[in-house]
Amino acid sequence: MSGLEFLLAGTLAAALPLLLAALGEMVVEKAGLLNLGLEGMMAIGAAIAFICVYHTGSHFVGFLGAAAVSTLTALLFAALVIGVQANQVASGLAIGVLGLGLSALFGKSYESLTIQGLPKLGLLGLSEIPLIGPTLLTQDIVVWVSIGMTFGLWWVLNRTKLGLVITAVGENPEAARAIGYPVSLIRLYAVAFGGAMCGIAGAYASTVYTPLWADGMIAGRGWIALALVVFGTWQTGRVAFGALLFGILSLGELTAQAMGIGLPSQVLSSLPYFVTILMLVVISRRKLRSA
Amino acid sequence: MSQPALLRLDKVSKRYGSVQANRQIDLSVRAGSIHAVLGENGAGKSTLMKLIYGVEQPDAGRICWKGQEVHLARPSDAQSLGIGMVFQHFSLFETLSVVQNVSLMIPGRPVELARKIQDLGDQFGLSVDPHAMVHRLSVGERQRVEIIRCLLLNPKLLILDEPTSVLPPQSARRLFETLRKLQAEGMAILFISHKLDEIRELCDTASVLRGGEVTGRVDPREHDARSLAQLMIGREMPNVAHAAPRPPGQERLRLNGLSHPRASRFGTTLKGIDLKLHSGEIIGIAGISGNGQQELAALVSGETRAQDPGMIEIMGKKAGHLGPMARRRLGFSFVPEERLGRGAVPEMSLADNSLLTAHGRNMLSRGFIRRKVERAFTRDCIEAFDVRTPGPDAEAGAMSGGNLQKFILGREIMLQPDVMLVSQPTWGVDIGAATAIRRRLLDMRDQGCAILVISEEMDELFEMCSKLHVLNHGTLSAALEAAQTTPQEIGRYMIGAQS
Repeated sequence: MSGLEFLLAGTLAAALPLLLAALGEMVVEKAGLLNLGLEGMMAIGAAIAFICVYHTGSHFVGFLGAAAVSTLTALLFAALVIGVQANQVASGLAIGVLGLGLSALFGKSYESLTIQGLPKLGLLGLSEIPLIGPTLLTQDIVVWVSIGMTFGLWWVLNRTKLGLVITAVGENPEAARAIGYPVSLIRLYAVAFGGAMCGIAGAYASTVYTPLWADGMIAGRGWIALALVVFGTWQTGRVAFGALLFGILSLGELTAQAMGIGLPSQVLSSLPYFVTILMLVVISRRKLRSA
Repeated sequence: MSQPALLRLDKVSKRYGSVQANRQIDLSVRAGSIHAVLGENGAGKSTLMKLIYGVEQPDAGRICWKGQEVHLARPSDAQSLGIGMVFQHFSLFETLSVVQNVSLMIPGRPVELARKIQDLGDQFGLSVDPHAMVHRLSVGERQRVEIIRCLLLNPKLLILDEPTSVLPPQSARRLFETLRKLQAEGMAILFISHKLDEIRELCDTASVLRGGEVTGRVDPREHDARSLAQLMIGREMPNVAHAAPRPPGQERLRLNGLSHPRASRFGTTLKGIDLKLHSGEIIGIAGISGNGQQELAALVSGETRAQDPGMIEIMGKKAGHLGPMARRRLGFSFVPEERLGRGAVPEMSLADNSLLTAHGRNMLSRGFIRRKVERAFTRDCIEAFDVRTPGPDAEAGAMSGGNLQKFILGREIMLQPDVMLVSQPTWGVDIGAATAIRRRLLDMRDQGCAILVISEEMDELFEMCSKLHVLNHGTLSAALEAAQTTPQEIGRYMIGAQS
């Protein structure tokens, strides 16, 4: 398999955990909150999903369990921030650490076990197309569903009243309350949605993308997703584009290592993180200039 | 009038902690009536409206709607009865368009809503472009959007909270015409205000609130402003003596073609502002907030640096490149518009807040704070400026607006500045404190200080200033002699009809 084919086949799958977590967080931030616990919520989702799939053999159960447990974790964040008005940054970080710790605890006895991934599905005979057919257009079911969901989310946020309400609640909560919207409740739903998305993202990472559980396997993807929201300026399309870009980058790193490019592997593995920082700098500079 | 009142409040009380915000309030509003609720800041007007609109619930008493007792647990309960409210600080979403803002409250397709907005606009003189983004609208237009949004719910009762406090006189006039048309349609209007002339012109009934209680129920058309004021503040209106203007002295502050690009897309670009301020004079800058007032204050105070040092001269020295501390060393002092956050740190004691600008007055010794000096200074300030507080250790954030403003102004005056910039000196301050503040500023002028006042309150500017400028869309008008101009002329400048 050539480097290009490798990239085409793997980019979407590599981007998927980032995409889902970032879209979830985007909704949370649009509603006016900031949950920094993505990394932990993804980790606990990943651990739970692996455990469920290992015991039941059903990926559906795995994804469902991951979403449920990550949502619960997110609701703990909501209870702190919306319920008792705790500091968001501190609460988010605490939730993140808690999630990482719990994932390690639950996953301990499942390390080095293996499970089946998901079969790849071609898209309605389009897999006959040369080059992209067997690579880009042959993906597992989660990828196809997630792409549909990304469009769905765009539609909800930009074309429906629900999207308008979420934006309004985030922009001016006092005004939203004054005209009769239940601000706390809407934010609670947003946080729950963000948690569920992180859970699914983690589940994909541990049961489909690399079907195994290892402590620390999320490896900073939660933080990259957080940066992607800012990079994408809270717009669905741009966030998705950013996730793809990082998917390519993380695969490119593997390709480069495989091709034996003369850089230490540590430098290559740090590339996505380095680019994250670079992008945040570029964005804030652009903001300063337009100011 | 035999028909039952549309809205009736029966011995309604509300308490926040140790403050009795409303005590045994009786109020009754008829359909087709414009009913004024008159009172100073802190008299309990806002609390009362929150009770009527279901934002808060009363501790005791009954609220009746068309003779039936109702419980309003949330604003939507009030809305479904037919109560609409236009807030003092608008509850609009700036990044959304007019139609989007309306559709957050009113069901319907955007196309239909846009048409309804236009129809209502034509019918009641509330014209506004349905597809405009709210952050581009003027204050008057935003208010029209709020009113339209309320009217689309077909209310029987419309509550307006200090609607004219943000409007230039011409827009206020237009608003009154709209309200009279609504009245003619049989709508009841609760008009909250502390501006006596407006109430006398517009309203047929007035309930006067003082200290959370109703102190009078009158027909405002039969009373003059003076007797209404007496009902409102419970004593004679204090008079501010107009000192004779003196010949201006030495030039102390000069703006030379001060221009500055806006800092964000909600900001205002300042364009070629020229101004000369001499010792012993007060110059006023009129205009509606949001036309560059904040930007101008930040540039003159040094919070924002000017693009060229020569654009700002303080005491004859180029100062555009200097920071706030350096400008203060030149003899400049500044009372900002936001008391909490800019004028004072809410979480800190008054004594520590004194230190912030008065540290140069012997309060520091080799980098350590001399608490005794700090406290003595604060005590002097509290005493000299009649700040009602337990003492120098009181937290700034816990004080009422008027008291805190007296403290901040006192602190700055005690620095004996040669030039002062005072931004919105009496915003949210009750009449008594406002009068005291104005008198202090006039005293400072008589001692030779040069004072620049930025204010939305036209009466205040006419009372204190010898010259007025108007700031509109970032452009400053030429100087107008206060004695030779009129509020109407200033109003024309404020809305850009004259420049």
